[in-house]
This record gives sequence, C-alpha cells and structure tokens, in this order.
Amino acid sequence: MTPAIELIGIDKRFGAVHANKDVTLSIGQGSIHGIIGENGAGKSTLMSILFGFYSADKGEIKIKGQPVRIKSSSDAISHGIGMVHQHFMLVDPFTVLENIVLGVEGGNLIGPALEKARQELTRLARDYELEVDPDAIVGELPVGLQQRVEILKALFKGAETLILDEPTGVLTPDEADHLFRILGQLRDQGKTVILITHKLREIMAITDHVSVMRRGAMVATRETKHTSVEELAELMVGRHVLLHVEKAKARPGQVVLEVKNLTWKDHKGTVRVDNVSFNVRAGEIVGIAGVSGNGQSEILELISGISKPASGQIIFEGKDIGVLGDPRHVREEGLAHVPEDRQHRGLIASFDASESVILGWHYDEALGKGFRLDREAVVKRCKAEMQEFDVRPADPLLMSGKFSGGNQQKIILAREIGRDPDLLIVGQPTRGVDIGAIEFIHKRLIALRDQGKAVLLVSVELDEIRSLSDRILVMFAGRIMGERDSSADERELGLLMAGVSKDAA
Amino acid sequence: MANPRGELPAWVDIGLIPLLNLFIALLFAGLVVLIIGENPLEAMWIMLKGAVGSLKGWGYLLYYATNFVFTGLAVAVAFHAGLFNIGGEGQAYIAGLGAAIVGLGLEVLPWPVVIPLAILAAMLFGAFWAWIPGYLQARRGSHIVITTIMFNFIAGSLMIYLIKDYFRPLGKMAVESREITGAYILSFREIAMQFFDLRLPSTPLNLTVFLAALAAWAVWYLLWRTELGYEIRAVGANPAAAIYAGIKTDRIIMITMAISGGLAGLMAVNEVLGVQHRLLLEFVGGSGFVGIAVALMGRSHPIGIVLSAMLFGLLYQGGTELSFAKPLISRDMIVVIQGLVILFMGALEYAFRPALARIFVRVED
Amino acid sequence: MDLSLLPEILASTIRLSVPLVLACLAGLWSEKSGIVDIGLEGKMLAAAFAAAASAAYFQSAWLGLLIAIFVSLGFSLVHGYAAINQRGNQVVSGVAINMLAAGLAVVLGNTWFKEGGRTPALPVDARFMPIELPGAAALANVPLLGDFAKIISGHSILTYLTILLVPLTAWALARTRFGLRLRAVGENPQAVDTAGISVALLRYQAVIIAGILCGIAGAFISTSLSASFVRDMTAGRGFMALAALIFANWRAWPALYACLLFGFLQAGGNYMQGAHIGSFEVPVQFIIMAPYVLTVVLLAGFIGKSIPPRASGIPYTKDR
Repeated sequence: MTPAIELIGIDKRFGAVHANKDVTLSIGQGSIHGIIGENGAGKSTLMSILFGFYSADKGEIKIKGQPVRIKSSSDAISHGIGMVHQHFMLVDPFTVLENIVLGVEGGNLIGPALEKARQELTRLARDYELEVDPDAIVGELPVGLQQRVEILKALFKGAETLILDEPTGVLTPDEADHLFRILGQLRDQGKTVILITHKLREIMAITDHVSVMRRGAMVATRETKHTSVEELAELMVGRHVLLHVEKAKARPGQVVLEVKNLTWKDHKGTVRVDNVSFNVRAGEIVGIAGVSGNGQSEILELISGISKPASGQIIFEGKDIGVLGDPRHVREEGLAHVPEDRQHRGLIASFDASESVILGWHYDEALGKGFRLDREAVVKRCKAEMQEFDVRPADPLLMSGKFSGGNQQKIILAREIGRDPDLLIVGQPTRGVDIGAIEFIHKRLIALRDQGKAVLLVSVELDEIRSLSDRILVMFAGRIMGERDSSADERELGLLMAGVSKDAA
Repeated sequence: MANPRGELPAWVDIGLIPLLNLFIALLFAGLVVLIIGENPLEAMWIMLKGAVGSLKGWGYLLYYATNFVFTGLAVAVAFHAGLFNIGGEGQAYIAGLGAAIVGLGLEVLPWPVVIPLAILAAMLFGAFWAWIPGYLQARRGSHIVITTIMFNFIAGSLMIYLIKDYFRPLGKMAVESREITGAYILSFREIAMQFFDLRLPSTPLNLTVFLAALAAWAVWYLLWRTELGYEIRAVGANPAAAIYAGIKTDRIIMITMAISGGLAGLMAVNEVLGVQHRLLLEFVGGSGFVGIAVALMGRSHPIGIVLSAMLFGLLYQGGTELSFAKPLISRDMIVVIQGLVILFMGALEYAFRPALARIFVRVED
Repeated sequence: MDLSLLPEILASTIRLSVPLVLACLAGLWSEKSGIVDIGLEGKMLAAAFAAAASAAYFQSAWLGLLIAIFVSLGFSLVHGYAAINQRGNQVVSGVAINMLAAGLAVVLGNTWFKEGGRTPALPVDARFMPIELPGAAALANVPLLGDFAKIISGHSILTYLTILLVPLTAWALARTRFGLRLRAVGENPQAVDTAGISVALLRYQAVIIAGILCGIAGAFISTSLSASFVRDMTAGRGFMALAALIFANWRAWPALYACLLFGFLQAGGNYMQGAHIGSFEVPVQFIIMAPYVLTVVLLAGFIGKSIPPRASGIPYTKDR
C-alpha cells in the first residue's frame, strides 16, 4: 500500500546548523507514527518542512505516491496535512467555532460557515470523541480542550494526516490519556497521525511505528511492537565518545543548597516544577539531565530569584531565598548564575563587553564608589577577566553581540566565577560553543568544584552531564525521575529522560 | 525604543544615517518648496544666511537650541529605558508653574537663592508630570504613549485655568502673570550692556544656554558613568537581562520618567525665567515635539542631541528669516521638515540599512 | 444652566461628535488589526485642509470630500508602509504624520490662498449644509416632540452617514469574513499566518479603511462644521477619538457612546460657563479636560479593565 507520506532525502541547513541530514521517512496510511529524539535531533524541523514553514534545501516530498511541492502552510493544508503546534495558534477571545472557521469561511458572511462548522463539529465529536462546547471562548478553556480545538481545526480543513508536536507537554495525565484515545480513533478511521515526542512511554503506548532521529539524521525506524523502550533509548541517545575530562574524585562538604518540595506553575496554570527536592553540597557538581521543557529551566530561574515558587522552599546557606525572589539579594548571598540563554538574559548584545562583564554586579564598590561607575576600573576588570578566561578578541570595547558564542559564554563565566561564589548555577554552558572553548569551560567548572564550591549544572547534552557531574538528577515532566552517580550509563539515563522509571510505579 | 546597533560600523550608525535621513528630509522639503513655486536652493541659502550669517542669527539659533537640548535630552533619557515620552510639551508647561511660583513667591529673597530654587522647582514640577505616567506604566500597565499624550492635553487646560485665575494680575487683559523679577535670568544682550558696555543685537539668548550645556554633560555622565544610568540603559536594551541582573525595572521606569520630565522642565527655565520673564500661555510652543526629532536625529546621545538641537535651531531661525524674505514659504515649513526627519529617522529607520549593509558590512563567514 | 437650551446642546453634541465618531471608527479598524494609529489627528487635519481647499477651488463640497479622502489615504498608506513593510515604530510614524500634516496644510494653504494658512470662506453650495428631515418643520412647535425633532433633524448628510457607519462597522467586524480575519490578525497574527492568510494584506486593508474614515472626518470639519480651513483646526480631536476608543474598550457601539459623551462635554463646555457644584464654580477648562482625565483613569484600571487587541503595535515578523 502506498505510504501516506514520504520524505525522501530531506536536507536542511540553518546557517552553520545542519538541522536535517538527508532524512528519508515513510509513513503508512491509517497508522500512528512516532518520531522520537532529543533536543536538536531535527524532528521539529522535519515536520515544519512537511507543513510548509520551511523549504528543504534538498529532497522531495510525496503524498500518496505523488510528488508534491509544499511552499506554504496553505499548500500543506490543501494536501490534507494538518498540524497541531506545541504553541497553539488560537485566537483567545474568539469562540471555538470562530477559531475553526478562520481561513475557511467559504463566503463573505460567516454566519453560514459557523452553522456548517457547528454541524461538522457535532459529527466529529461523535466520530472521534472530540467533544467541545462550540460557543466557548477559547481563551477560557483548559489547555487540554484548547488542544482539542487545534485538532478540530485541522480535521475541519480536511486533514487526512495530522502532525502533533510534543502534544502532551501541557496536559495532565488524564488529558493525555484522552488525547491518545482520540488519536486511536483517528487512526481507526483511516487517518494518519505523526507524533513528535521525546517521551518513550507515549511511543510504546499508542504508536504503530516509531522513527528515531539523532543530531539531524534519521537513525532507525521500527515497528513499535517489535522494539523496546531500552532499544529506543539507546538509539535516541547513541553511543557517545565521552569527552573525558580529567577530574579527581569529588569531596563533597556541607549542604549549600537545599530545595524542598519546590513547585511552580506557569501563567496558564500548568505545573512545570512538581514537588522537586534535592540538595547540592560544597565541592560537588550536581547535574540535572533531561530534555528541555521538563522543568529544568524553571528551576534555575526559581533558584536565581527571577521567578517565585508557588510552594516549597529554596534554602541557600541557611536562608530561604525562595521568599526573597530577588536576583540581587541572591547574588549578594554568594550565588552566581550563568543563564541558559546567553543572548536573552546573560549579556546585553548592544553593550560593549566591559559593560556586559559587570551585569548583575554593577553596584560593586570596587567598580565605583557610591552611585558612580568607574569606567577605567570596569575596563580594567574586563581586560583581566578576558585574559584569565582566554576570551578572544580580548577587547573590552567590542560590542558583546559580536563575540562568538564560545567567547560570549566565557565572558559570562568569567563574570560569574570571578565573583568567587559559593554556589554556581549554570544552564547549557556549552550550547553553540566551539570545541576548544567547551574544553576550557569544562575545566573551569571542575576547578571551581575542586576549590570547594558547589555547582548545579543543567544541560540537555547528556555527555556533558555525564562527564562533569558527580551526581546526576534526571528531570521529566517537572519531577525528578531518579538520581544516579556519574558511573550511570547512557541507556539508563536515556530511559529516565524519556519518562521511564524502574523506581516509579 | 532600544537602538539595535546591528552590524553596521559605528560611524555609519551615528554619523551617516542621521545625515542621510536629514538629506532625504530636506530633499522632500525642497520638493514642497518647488511646488510652492520658489527655488529650493535659494531658500536654503537664505535660511543659512539668516541663521549663521549674523550675530543676531546666531543669537536666535542658540536660544532655540537651548530649548531643544532640554527637550531632546528628555526624550533621549526615556528612550534609553525603552520608553517613548511624548509628554515633553506638557511637562515643560507644568514646569513653568514651578518656576513662576518660586520666582514670584520668594522674590523678597536675593537672586542667588531664588534662581537655583526656581530651577529646582521647575525640574520638580516637570518631573512630577512625567512621573505619573511612568508610575501608571510600571504599576498598572497603562501605555505610556497614550498617557503622556493625555497629560499634554490636561496640562494645556490646567495651565489656562491656573494662569487666568491665579497668576494674572487684576485688570490685566493679557493672560499672563506679572513680571518675575525675583528670578531674572539675564540675556546676553543685557550682560553685554551692563558689564561690558557692548551693544549686542537683541536676541532671546540668555545664560540658560550654559545650563543646557551642563545638562547635556550631566546626562552623559548619568547614563554612562553611574550605576543608575547603567540600569536605565540595561532596562531599555534588554529587559530580560536587566531582571536577571537584579535590576528593579518598575523603579527604573518611574525614575527615568521623572528625570525625563525634569529635563523637559528646564525648558521652562529658559522661556519663563530667561526670555519672557513671566508665566504665559503656550510658552512651550512645540519645543516638546521638536525634542522628539532632536533625540531621534541625535541617536539619543548628548553630543548628537546638542548638534541636532543646533541644527534645528538653525532651521527655526533660518525658517523665520525665510518667511520674511519669501512670504510664500510659511514658517511652518520647519514643521514639515521636522515631521519628515521624525518619519525617516524613527519609522523608516531600517529602510536604508539593507542598502548600507551591502556597502559597509563585510560578511563574516 | 438654562434647561431650555438642552435641545440646542444636544443638537450641538451630535454635530461635534461626528468627527470624533469617524476618527474613532478609523482608529478601531486600524487597531483591531494590530496597527496603532496615533496619526488620526494628522490625517483629519490634512483631510480638512484638502477638503476646504478643493471645495473652494472647484466650488463643490463633494469633490472636496473625495479629494480629502485621497489625501488621508495617502498618509495612511505611508503609515501602513512604515508599520507593515518596514516594521518601524508605529507611534513615531503617527507622530511624524501629525507634524507633517500640520506643517504642510499651513504651508500649502499659505501658498495657494495667501491668507496665512487659511482657506477662503466657502459659499453655501460648496458646503455640506443641514438637511431638514421631512416632518421636522411640522413638529417644530409640538412640545417635547418638537424639541426631539430639532435635535435629530437639521444635520448634514455626513452626520447621518456617520451614524449609519457605527452599526455597519459593528456588523462588519462581527459577521463578515473580513471582520473575523481582521480581528484575528490583531490578536494572534501567527494564527492567521498559519491559516494561510496574508497578515500584511489584512493590515493594509484596515489602514485604508482608517484613511477613508479620517478623510470624511476632516472634510466634515472644514466643509460642514465650518466654512473654511484654519490652522490646527482639528484641535486635538484625533487624540480625543483615541481616548474614546480606549474608553470604549475597542468596541463599535460603546465607541459611539464615548464619542457622544466627549462631544457633549465639548458642546456643554460652551454653555456651561458659570456652572456650579455646590459653591465651587466649575471652570470650563475642567470640562474640556474631562475626556482626557477619564481616559487616564480608565487606562490606570480604575474603572474596569482596558484590554487592547493583543498584537496591537507589535510588528509582525515570521520568526522562524
């Protein structure tokens, strides 16, 4: 039987990033096909190409055996492809009907379209268990129902193939189960479903086939019933050559940071950090592994004081800093923070390097008495730090945005480590950083730990976590799935990262 | 309004682009002059001569520039924090109240006491008028552009009421206060007469011009040599990074607006204490809006602002002379140029960047 | 205050509200699509000048109206280009247009008519004159009904047109495909983009409608409300309309009421000299200020919540 969708030799680059490397994928009609992979594996890019957001540099797409050209989302829609994005494309003040009808009103007056949609909605609700109040205001619906509206939108436009991008990230377990039932119905009625996810449980639960992507390439395709969670985890994470960093055994001292029952919800009310507890001692590196979006970023922001917890405590050197919610206070207590997104938070791209080097510490008396900012002192400090951290070019007057990723990161690290903090929390330290700088940064982090400081490391790069951490915590869906020491193998960690825990029920 | 200084070299960004935009604005203005039936080049010559060709011209030029430096600095400081303060007009107006209250109320005291106090009062009143919209933006999320526009109108009505009913001496027809002798800032002409026995042409240029220079330096110092200035610029350039750095963005917004209003208030010092020597209606006369053009052209940097203020001073004085020489070209031609400058510098700013980028940027591989 | 003046005040209210309503609707269309329009004032002023100048030249009010609309459209398209294609700062663009319009109107007026920026007074056939509705004269002396007739009748055709535009706008936004898409693009342009609809086209269409409405508003001011153009004759109406729009929470019918309220304050201000609250004589300036103060109070969230279209003022970039 002709596959519903065929992607042949899809290749796509974004500047230096090779997002999709000659990817070939065949998806059968009337099946649920999962695509699994870590961050940066290329799955979202691939589906965006299928849905017309990007055009592939090379390769072709066939639908039901016929080659097609998809240059925009309307092309994709006209070929029966519908997509439910991670971030919903909904107009909050509109009703469900209005959202569904947008773009396919079929005439100048929307009255008839709304009527038609209402009838269609009743039918779809019956056929696929997609009940939703057609007159409800979308912005007031719970997230699970909003997602249903997205699915209905696609079906209303005649989608034969439905792509879902990480659909369960925002759902409660019950809502997720309901979603799977719906997907099952769709499949039984002959629709094709493509499910992008990093969660192994979901794959095993509902897919018929699963393809694994890793670092832009299509690694393997299996029939779900003939594979296992272990095999998939291994394929997903791969056998990596460990960037072996020479390090002495850790000698952890006192508890520096204690996180107790920390919980945080986003503005939509979804729980992002779910009753998390752990601690970090002086003289050790604790690494939090996990696919991004599982709560790690939020934990860093909570500890650094950028956001406030909904409940729980963050105790740093005996003081409950969760209550303070103030990055400056937290810094004064001896915490330093290398943020995950250096462009967004860590630097000010339009400031010159010397001014980025004082970000967060600009009130230091050494940089100017009282209200003053001593330019000379600032530039001198910058030059010194640049030399110590081998930042190139060592020019304090160069605009921060102009440094390469690795050098930007070194500037930030120099700044934060230069403060001689008791605890350094650092997110994605080597994202977008060249090999030479990676080694340098890793060495510095270990050095810090050997000086008796505490380091909390968050990274989506499992290699990095494994080579640097003394203890590894794995986060999934806002919870800590398990703790392992640095000798844990990648398969085990991969399983935990994908939500499979032997410990949990 | 953060300035995304992208890939272009600094001299292009700060020097070339403003000149280019000015050039295009003048080009369009020249077109209008042609439509009117006059010769644009001749018009330009008359303007230049009228502004810089005589001592009197320079006097007026610098007098205008004084006002524009203050209002330009006001807009610029707010821009650095990412705020668009359109309320300079109203803030300067209300500041006049402060200057007049102190100038009239404390006139028994000697002038070395009254003048500084009057200046302070003007700044405080202006700061207050700007602080309220700042507070509303920071704490209640009210869009600062709309509130400052509203406050301009409120100031307009309020001042008419106050001047008419509280400052106007009984029996006087003109809606203005009595003369403010307690805080009399001398004009250059008066100084020349009194101390040097020199005859200078009569212009409104007075000692406040030095205050303008001081203000420009003070703003530079504030923004680039103090912690507060750093925080202001950080909030405007990258609010997320500012939060990361522990900067309290709410506080910064309010403080910045207050500073902005205070600077605009200095314009009232010039006009009320240095030129008119009384509180009168509509003394701001559009300077608040010129300040927007000046800040945009000067790229929100004090040096650029001083230069742009002088340029607009040239345009205003030259424009006045031109309207005498060529009655067909109304003095409002300057307003047209102003509008064009703001349009090209502010809204179509990116229009030329692609072309310039092709010329100036070496693509790094 | 003399109550017998009420019918006159109400009639005056309607007259004065017309440019406000038109400008307000213009702002509504623009902002609903996500484009902030501070330049309503400038467009109206330019239109007022164009209408008065053309009407004087061609001795025709209708030609004046047509040309006024064209001129306002021109400014609108400049604003649209700056906002949509150049993704420039929409507030700055609006401020620039206000200035340009103010300056150009006086400069050109001075050149062409040599009256220092004014346009010559228009004769009655080059203006939009009041129209007496049938039956109004007959009812003139009937108590209450006669007063009512005095208020409703005797307005220019543009007034009646404006009143019709309110329900038309409300209906168009709520019940047509265009209205649905326009409202969507102001809330979530990405949703519209992924549905395969051009964000830019929708916004241009909104901006064009705004231009036309401002054109009518300006023409009304100089050829119906007045008989010529005088410098700065819009006198802040464009901003008052903006205030009314915010006051009305970006909805058509409340916009009408807000404009009527502000118009009433304008009309009443003239009559309310010497009005008293207790022993305090309310200065007329306070009545003039009232619309602006009310708007600030609303924006501060003290009376209800101000909810603008979510994507208002944010240039749309397909960030991929």
